[in-house]
Amino acid sequence: MIEVRNLQKSFGANKILDGVSFRIENGESVVIIGRSGGGKSVLLKHLVGLLQPDSGEILIDGENIGPLNERQLLRVRRKFGMVFQGAALFDSMTVAENVGFAFRNHQHLNAGEITRRVAAALEMVDLPGTENRKPAELSGGMRKRVGLARAVIYEPQILLYDEPTTGLDPIVSDSIDKLIIRVRDHLKVTSIVVTHDMRSARRVGNRVMMLHEKKIYANATPEEFFASSDAIVRQFVDGVADAKECLI
Amino acid sequence: MNRASHKPTNPTLAKGNCFVILRAVINSLVKQRVDYVLSELGQIAFLIRDIFLSLLTFKVVWRDLLYQIYSIGVKSQSVVLVTGAFTGMVLGAQTYFQFHKVKMDTATLAVVSVSLCDELGPVLTALMVAGRVGASIAAEIGTMRVTEQIDALRTLATHPVDYLVLPRIIAAHIALPFLALEAIVVGIFSSYLVCVHILGIEPVYLWENMLRYTHDVDIVIGVVKAFIFGGIIALIGCYKGLTCGLGAEGVGLATTEAVVYSSITILVANFFLTLVMGKLVGLL
Repeated sequence: MIEVRNLQKSFGANKILDGVSFRIENGESVVIIGRSGGGKSVLLKHLVGLLQPDSGEILIDGENIGPLNERQLLRVRRKFGMVFQGAALFDSMTVAENVGFAFRNHQHLNAGEITRRVAAALEMVDLPGTENRKPAELSGGMRKRVGLARAVIYEPQILLYDEPTTGLDPIVSDSIDKLIIRVRDHLKVTSIVVTHDMRSARRVGNRVMMLHEKKIYANATPEEFFASSDAIVRQFVDGVADAKECLI
Repeated sequence: MNRASHKPTNPTLAKGNCFVILRAVINSLVKQRVDYVLSELGQIAFLIRDIFLSLLTFKVVWRDLLYQIYSIGVKSQSVVLVTGAFTGMVLGAQTYFQFHKVKMDTATLAVVSVSLCDELGPVLTALMVAGRVGASIAAEIGTMRVTEQIDALRTLATHPVDYLVLPRIIAAHIALPFLALEAIVVGIFSSYLVCVHILGIEPVYLWENMLRYTHDVDIVIGVVKAFIFGGIIALIGCYKGLTCGLGAEGVGLATTEAVVYSSITILVANFFLTLVMGKLVGLL
């Protein structure tokens, strides 16, 4: 269970989050949408302790991670897997080394078992046989899939996706969406997806939260959210610069 | 504008005001610089604390350590050997030119040997490695930072100091003394060749004097200095990489600063190490 209470964050004089609060139950699939530069990725990075809040609390399974130092956070982060916007693959390593990275210090797993798990994870993301390729040899969509395989291989409880379909063509985006749904259903993980892609938001989320003016502006099921007549929600959903042009 | 009501400015007062403004500007700039330097030193102190914590809690991954020793030590050999060889040759020739005037030709190799062991071997090796390895470490870690690879490491429950910093620090501490010893040996041997085959000095007395005036402690001083310089190079390279600014410009700046700061730190540290170790071995 993830609970965020009155989270505030500024970079210098620029306030990014101002009193963000929400709660995500185990097994939920939540989509966070909002305008570019609105603080969605910043919010996501707070959940896994990559950023420290100025004030407020972030509770992971009831434990406030705000006061924890970097070494104490390592224990909490074992519950998380994260897929980065640019995949963030280790470019000096092969695909297999990237995907199996989480096991590199595990004494109880032998090389054969790691190889088997890496192959299974790559199979799950529809990239079998790519173990020996380098990230530079992969397309954008393939890199995101490898990033997903790396995040799911140790079967975390919570998966975070930072704009998983940004920069991909509609067909690859569709395959990534299906992959997110497949992983969610197969591993029964809590999923939090930050996206601008309304089609993706509609498909992968059980709940949609909209970040607007540094706060959670809307928090509803996809059906309620996309049927909303609220001017700000409609403007974002319809993708129009001028609120008067909204379809509803 | 009413010129009649405009009072003429007192030149002394105007000059005084200028000085007040200039002093305020200088104070502000100095304060900013002092704040910046103190903040950097504080962050380096935190990094050193993390390295010690990492040493206590982290089991060294031998594969990573060996790779870093190869990257820092083995790959730096050519540049260090060339530096050692030509430094030894030049030092031998210059020493001969001066000593020949007072008929002390056979003391040439002794001077070369002591100079290389105590100062030139470790310092020039460290400066060359700082240029090659310090820049490489800062660029590699800086690129990882701007492409979110360090964040990815952290989400995979790996502390960046454990994985990125500690193996490089240990590898540099191990590699630099060996590189310095290589530079010293090659420098002395090159100088010997120049002295005997080009300058025509009697080889037996040359060698005898070198052995007489070069003591074990000179080699120990060189090795200890190289060990410390190795840590300085890796520490500053890692620090600049981990704190580099965003984008290609940030990585470029971090790389430049890593080389400049580690070179300056090596030169300053060498002075204090010379004094401290001179005191310890009874030269002071």
